[in-house]
Amino acid sequence: MRHIIAVLMENEAGALSRVVGLFSQRNFNIETLNVAPTEDPTLSRLTVTTTGSDRVIEQITKQLNKLIEVVKLVDLTDGDHIEREMMLIKLKAAGQHRDEIKRTVDIFRGQIVDVTSSVYTVQLAGDQGKLDAFINAIGETYVLETVRTGVSGIARGEKVLSI
Amino acid sequence: MEMLSGAEMVIRSLQDEGVEYIYGYPGGSVLHIYDALFQQDKVKHVLVRHEQAATHMADAYARASGKPGVVLVTSGPGATNAVTGIATAYMDSIPMVVISGQVMSHLIGEDAFQETDILGVSRPVVKHNFAIKNPKDIAETIKKAFYVASSGRPGPVVVDIPKDMTTPTDKFEYSYPEQIEMRSYNPATRGHSGQIKKAVDMLVAAKRPVILLGGGTVGGRACDEAAALARELNTPVSTTLMGLGGFPASDRQWLGMPGMHGSYEANMALHHADLILSLGARFDDRVTNSTEKFCPTARVIHVDIDPSSISKTIAADVPIVGPTKSVVTEMLGLLGKNKARPDADALASWWNQIDQWRERHGGHYETNDNGLLKPQQVIEAVHKVTNGEAYVCSDVGQHQMFAAQYYKFDKPNRWINSGGLGTMGFGFPAAMGVKLHYPDAEVVCVTGEGSFQMNLQEFSTCSQYGLPVKIICINNGSLGMVRQWQDMNYESRHSQSYMQSLPDFEKLAEAYGHEAITVTHESELMPALEKAFAMKDKLVFLDIHVDAAEHVYPMQVPKASMRDMWLNKTERT
Repeated sequence: MRHIIAVLMENEAGALSRVVGLFSQRNFNIETLNVAPTEDPTLSRLTVTTTGSDRVIEQITKQLNKLIEVVKLVDLTDGDHIEREMMLIKLKAAGQHRDEIKRTVDIFRGQIVDVTSSVYTVQLAGDQGKLDAFINAIGETYVLETVRTGVSGIARGEKVLSI
Repeated sequence: MEMLSGAEMVIRSLQDEGVEYIYGYPGGSVLHIYDALFQQDKVKHVLVRHEQAATHMADAYARASGKPGVVLVTSGPGATNAVTGIATAYMDSIPMVVISGQVMSHLIGEDAFQETDILGVSRPVVKHNFAIKNPKDIAETIKKAFYVASSGRPGPVVVDIPKDMTTPTDKFEYSYPEQIEMRSYNPATRGHSGQIKKAVDMLVAAKRPVILLGGGTVGGRACDEAAALARELNTPVSTTLMGLGGFPASDRQWLGMPGMHGSYEANMALHHADLILSLGARFDDRVTNSTEKFCPTARVIHVDIDPSSISKTIAADVPIVGPTKSVVTEMLGLLGKNKARPDADALASWWNQIDQWRERHGGHYETNDNGLLKPQQVIEAVHKVTNGEAYVCSDVGQHQMFAAQYYKFDKPNRWINSGGLGTMGFGFPAAMGVKLHYPDAEVVCVTGEGSFQMNLQEFSTCSQYGLPVKIICINNGSLGMVRQWQDMNYESRHSQSYMQSLPDFEKLAEAYGHEAITVTHESELMPALEKAFAMKDKLVFLDIHVDAAEHVYPMQVPKASMRDMWLNKTERT
């Protein structure tokens, strides 16, 4: 099953390499990973999406917690949560397809953030499924380049991951 | 406030930490530190002949004393040579602080002379590592290193110090913190009371209980408490390879070691148990055999300081995260108040069953009638000569298993071996580390001619510091454990397991100023051992020739359950 684990860790050199190293060392799977400092500059927040049986996920959270620089973590998929991923996608937009692509971007509530006579660069945010659906709707033949941030997540409601 | 250079701060921090000995080898990046070391006499330095030996000495000291061992090595090859020893300590949860020099900060990343990214190299085999980025951080970082290494589940910690952090002319304010707090690191100090109560209720209700006592009980100095619990409930105790000595082997309640080369009765008892109380054991693959077939009727109470050890391989019915010492103390407290005890009839029939298993095998082995020694005989003779009181530091292989099986340890922290990593070359430097700190104790290195040659250069260190360890080299002229597996699984094709061109060990030992005795016949064994142990101030190397065809038994059948064992070359359960 797919899990989204959010990790608060010391914003120190080498901390990220410990997390990444842990996953390869213990044969855990990483689907997406993103990391950035938080409003508290001493902390960074890392979100990792991974898959595995309950036993594997339990080991992943325990092993992550064991890293000295990890302050706190939560498996967001244990409760209601919001997940978002942002994608920048460069699309062939010439001739008759130009309008169709514009319409599809609107349907998906994306934004065209850069334009040339033959190319649209589109910004789109949503969960992984929505981004995948957009690519499907456009058709792969029109896709020139994609870049995705990986999943960020946050719990719904009052629950807060902080120290 | 006192002004010190970075180099002086390193040594001063070690003094303030109460470190008596460090083990190391100098080199370019640590010259400033070695100069500061030279100018004081509180911290004594042992110059090894290879950095791996420094780590094993420090490691063994930590195992025997419970205090972290300290290593000082230079950058590049100095640090990489230490990696095997760091990994050895990591696998067995041994507290150790390794200070490694690093090239100057401005050269890092430029492939400078003797530059290695030791933080990256060591990362998978340390509990944590630190890089010094500012000389002002040295004292606090070293304090943190000791705190992390020795608290919670202990382990090795590396502190990497670029040379320019230790420049003698750059002075900074020094103060050594008394205590350290880290918001991201808070190891458990006691177990969950509700879980402990549940565990006690289960222990009282059990009809076929076994206590599995592991390295966490020995390292956590909780053996007395564990023994009190076992006696209070009349529970059989099996001690893992890392737990040997944690419960007296001479006690009727002791079943021996579990697992691949465990005793017949321990493996049978565990397989048939209805409850296993694991105290600081981690159910590794050499203990469980097939995890799917592991102890089908047992519920498991798993006490461990490290939550990630619990339910990693074997699902725990009652997980308890906490130090074994405090958890077992709390269990004893509950048993003091709650007078309920296990059903006497059920326990009696359980013990009756165990006694029958004991009779079936009981560590029996055949001896030769031509005087060719069996390795088991050697271990039993060493036990006799040392009254079972020695520190036994083992290398890795058949001799290690024979020592584990036949040197019946009654006290904890006396059996010092590389259990998790299985590091050949560990035993000799380990014996040196123990002897240095316990000069009056008998310290024995049980080794083989294969393992011994992996760190024999330390003969020289022993000459320099006068370390009269006794080396029991069980010489079968082959890599015995490899050969055994080749016999059992590869139709005796002894691929590369034969040790050709062995040195004349007597001459080798004598070249370094040590004594040596060669034993080739059973009749020579006891006189040789008595002679060797009578030479209190001499390192004595005993080259004891044994039967190369001998195998370690019992041996579990691969991918099967705990009770599936070869009992000798022809008999299977």
